[in-house]
Amino acid sequence: MSVTEITSAEEFRKVVLESQTPVVVDFNADWCGPCQMLRPKIEKLAEGGAKIASVNIDELDDLAEEYEVASIPCLVKFAGGKEIDRKVGLLPEKKVAKFVEDTMVGSDEAEVEEA
Amino acid sequence: MDYDVAIIGAGAAGLTAAIYAVRAGKKTAVFEKLVAGGQIVNTPKISNYPGTPGISGAAWSQALEKQASDLGAEMIYDEVLQLEQVDNGFKLSTEDESYTARTVIVATGLNERKMEVPGEAKFIGRGVSFCATCDGSFYKDKTVAVVGGGNTALSDALYLSDLAKKVYLVHRRAEFRGEFALQEKIKTRKNVELVLGYMPIEVVGDKRVTGLKIREREGTLEKTLGVDGIFVAVGKIPSNQLIADLVELDEAGYAITDDKCGTKTPGLFVAGDGRVKELRQLVTATADGAVAASSAIDFLA
Repeated sequence: MSVTEITSAEEFRKVVLESQTPVVVDFNADWCGPCQMLRPKIEKLAEGGAKIASVNIDELDDLAEEYEVASIPCLVKFAGGKEIDRKVGLLPEKKVAKFVEDTMVGSDEAEVEEA
Repeated sequence: MDYDVAIIGAGAAGLTAAIYAVRAGKKTAVFEKLVAGGQIVNTPKISNYPGTPGISGAAWSQALEKQASDLGAEMIYDEVLQLEQVDNGFKLSTEDESYTARTVIVATGLNERKMEVPGEAKFIGRGVSFCATCDGSFYKDKTVAVVGGGNTALSDALYLSDLAKKVYLVHRRAEFRGEFALQEKIKTRKNVELVLGYMPIEVVGDKRVTGLKIREREGTLEKTLGVDGIFVAVGKIPSNQLIADLVELDEAGYAITDDKCGTKTPGLFVAGDGRVKELRQLVTATADGAVAASSAIDFLA
């Protein structure tokens, strides 16, 4: 699995809000250096099975505003259409991995929800 | 011993040290708790580093990390929590692992100084920011405060004055420490209001920041500035906690080294912004990295 690039509010609703399993959204921008440095780690985790979507806050500024993202990088975890947790700023790789853990397809939670 | 050279911190100094150490045939590891590059990743455009005008800090950092790891430096993304001397070298401990190395180069740099007032920590990412160029665009047509009086505070205020409706520049002294040219520029910005002689005492808000409470430095007058965002630019502090017992530190916490980056502990070197020196720039950080690596290589000979 790779990181899903969200290109519209409609896609955000489908991929994130209506997801049956938890999803982590990476709010970022092209000009944000720390976001660029975080990106390869996010991609690696997505390839490892984590469900991660990316929102460019310049292209989808309404979403950034709606979820009160005021500093990036910002990782927001959604479950059942609602925010359940967030991490702002750069994090150690291990903590990012832990944060996205319950979005893993095959994690206990995911299996229960998919059953 | 696991490594000949263990480097703590993958910023400009640490990664440059890694390049020199691996090219000298030394088994080298670089420990990094966050991401490669360090402070420079926040710089959108590097203008004063020789040979790469205009490159972004992130692109430069990625290239440097790739250079070091392609040459054979091992990148370990983990935080070193303890550094101690053992027979013939050092032991580095992370949360779950420990490693040994014959020499250690500490290149942990600087961290942002906080205002240390109530509400600050709670609102980081919800109105409190330490990086105007990172977060400024969230404040288009809004009101913000910049706290500080040095070059960073002045450039932040200038940068934000192009985006925000209004910028308060709050500084505890009557005069700024920053460059004269920046001060002159600030005066020409109609939407920048100087709030001098005041210090921050509380960040106010509910879900997000709504204000900054300030108090006269030599008085008792208090007031609250209604702001949507607060940019903190009150300086930086060296991240030398790890080596406090192994290295002489000056009053501000910077490591005192000789001109070869050596410390009072044989085999332990400090490179980059965290040591006492005149100029803290990318070019002096990389220079330190080369010097420290060369000292470590000599020590191993």
